[in-house]
Amino acid sequence: MHAEIRQIITQHGRLPVDVQTLSDDADLYEAGMTSHASVNVMLGLEDHFDIEFPDRMLKRSVFESINAIAAALSELREEAAV
Amino acid sequence: MALRVGTDLVLVETVRGSLDTHAEHYLERVYTEREVEDCRTPDGIDAERLAGRFAAKEATLKVLRPREEGIPWNAIEVLRDPSGWVEVELSGPARTLAVDAGVSELSLSISHEGGFATAVVVASCSQGSAASVR
Repeated sequence: MHAEIRQIITQHGRLPVDVQTLSDDADLYEAGMTSHASVNVMLGLEDHFDIEFPDRMLKRSVFESINAIAAALSELREEAAV
Repeated sequence: MALRVGTDLVLVETVRGSLDTHAEHYLERVYTEREVEDCRTPDGIDAERLAGRFAAKEATLKVLRPREEGIPWNAIEVLRDPSGWVEVELSGPARTLAVDAGVSELSLSISHEGGFATAVVVASCSQGSAASVR
């Protein structure tokens, strides 16, 4: 999942640095991701994983790192499996 | 009574890119139907106007100062007066956050130039007291 997330951030995050050089815990906003770019990342994730982030997840902390995004996606998948 | 100020700057080209890449998905997740209508021209959706509205939403978030509350972008709506002035209307969790912060009034200004859109929001608030927000 992390590789897919990294690919989506590369495609939609408009980061001024190579996403491949960032650790899974790196702060994407600190790395240069704008709030508008984070919207594009969210839309890319929704398209790729066929999910929709609920309102409660529409906050900065959910999209601030690859690990944070992975945790949110895992949570959504667990909820969908119930 | 205290004041809070929020500002944001958006590159119009990035909004144009979002429209090209995500189209309706982007519009539905970020803007209200009224906002999209306000940005519609005979040639299609005006990315510059949308960028101004996105900047306004972000500027408003900076005023509301959410911590762990999830705030959907379309809970912050930019309304255009027929005279051309713009106002912010809050709903759902954005409105709850404003009420909790005692925000009694929000004032918005949007501008565009040179491929950028910017917005400034000023709020009067009394932290912790109840208040009505338009």
